[in-house]
Amino acid sequence: MPPTKSRVPAVDGWFRPEPPALLGSRCTSCGTYAFPREAMFCRNPSCAGTEFEEVPLSTRGRIWSYTDACYQPPAPYVAADPYQPFCIAAVELDAEKMVVMGQMATGVTVGDLGVGTEVELVVDTLYEDDDHEYLVWKWQPVHGGGDA
Amino acid sequence: MPEDRRVAVLGVGMHPWGKWGRNFVEYGLAAARDALADAGLSWGDIGFVSGADTIRNGYPGFVAGATFAQALGWTGCRVASSYAACASGATAINAARAQILAGLCDVALVVGADTTPKGFFAPVGGDRKDDPDWLRFHLLGATNPTYFALYARRRMELHGATEEDFAAVKVKNARHGLANPYARYRKEVTAEEVLASPMVADPLRLLEICATSDGGAALVLSSMDFARRHGAGDGLVSVAAVSTVTPRFPQTVIEMPNFATDSAVAVADVGGPGFKRSIALAAYEEAGVGPEDVDVAEVYDLSSALELDWYEDIGLCKEGEAEKLLRDGDTALGGRVPVNASGGLSSFGEAIPAQAIAQVCELTWQLRGQAEGRQVERARVGVTANQGLFGHGSSVVLTR
Repeated sequence: MPPTKSRVPAVDGWFRPEPPALLGSRCTSCGTYAFPREAMFCRNPSCAGTEFEEVPLSTRGRIWSYTDACYQPPAPYVAADPYQPFCIAAVELDAEKMVVMGQMATGVTVGDLGVGTEVELVVDTLYEDDDHEYLVWKWQPVHGGGDA
Repeated sequence: MPEDRRVAVLGVGMHPWGKWGRNFVEYGLAAARDALADAGLSWGDIGFVSGADTIRNGYPGFVAGATFAQALGWTGCRVASSYAACASGATAINAARAQILAGLCDVALVVGADTTPKGFFAPVGGDRKDDPDWLRFHLLGATNPTYFALYARRRMELHGATEEDFAAVKVKNARHGLANPYARYRKEVTAEEVLASPMVADPLRLLEICATSDGGAALVLSSMDFARRHGAGDGLVSVAAVSTVTPRFPQTVIEMPNFATDSAVAVADVGGPGFKRSIALAAYEEAGVGPEDVDVAEVYDLSSALELDWYEDIGLCKEGEAEKLLRDGDTALGGRVPVNASGGLSSFGEAIPAQAIAQVCELTWQLRGQAEGRQVERARVGVTANQGLFGHGSSVVLTR
């Protein structure tokens, strides 16, 4: 039987678990996207827009670059005991013309990755306590290729 | 002729870098006193004190200008404190320069010092769920080396850099730092030792990532008129430019501590100079020199690989040619344009608010011909480059 811990996002409003997607913002005046969502200002210096709509971002992209974390990061990172190294990638999203960081899904190693590797967004466990499983977005290589 | 906007570097001073574990004020004070002695001036001659802040040493660090002024003894002089992450030192230099050029003071003292904890830089304490610097650790486990490694891997893919190239940068800088009395690490390393050191963030290894250090650095700056009245001769070193620019939108390279780049949907990324390149370009333009005039450079080698990016970003070579420059020995002592003759962050470790000031100290010694054991022959023009978290550029051009 799976554990009955409740699954909650590690951060509110940055992504939706089902179907998995990052939640960004889009300036209604000039179309500039932002992640995490922007509510105060548009980053475009030629735009005075003050209204932003929440938009799910592309769930597929290509790796701009990647690395791993061989040593346990300091708090406020909550590490499993024993520590499990993980990969991190910066992923280019075509439609938004931006690069978004994320951990790679559990079990992915740098040997599985390359600049240009196609990845898709998943929602996975970041850390757990006695009552909760805290969720975060991660990237995972698309096996078999082809766009969804 | 454009207006002369140079300011004179009358004195420089440093406290050795290390892991001393003492109060940062002690390092700043020692550096300040050395800089004053080097200038042949006394504390009472200073009209403006410009502190570069540290955020890891409580309130005295947030108001570093006043903290150092109190330690030297209140004189009623003008004071300011600057924080711009790694660019704090350059921002403090720029504040002093502006006071001098505006005619508000003749002589200014710039001081930065830090005491740092061991290991990875962590965000300052507390639950700060609206601070990207806190969130990147919490949600991604993204440390500073994470970002350095993203750039390093990208370089390997785009420009064919190898792990051996990265190791060669470390070997070079360790050799440069051997004779520097202010460097923390003064030990030669071999490429084999670098490549055998533990992987921290693939492809970067422990010996390729800069440590965190304690240290202090100070400058005495003055108007050119004051320097001449004070008897300065031909060997006078001056600050010809200070660049403290922001990025331009859209900033399409992922930067610490962000989760994402700007979006280039509404405004196309036209492939102009990226942020790091624009930093030195602004300094060159202001100084009226170009990269071809540079004899010696101090760049922020937070990682061995990042030094290669800086070769291109300060214009020493075209994009994609940094590996060739390194392999040809051009950036080693004795080469065409030595980079990090001081030993760089590789030999110092980073003492954040002091580091950009220390870069200027080193170039001053180089341009005066006083860099014993690491002297770049006949150096007349030097450039520093560095970048502060969240978008603070930092570059200083010095001429003799």
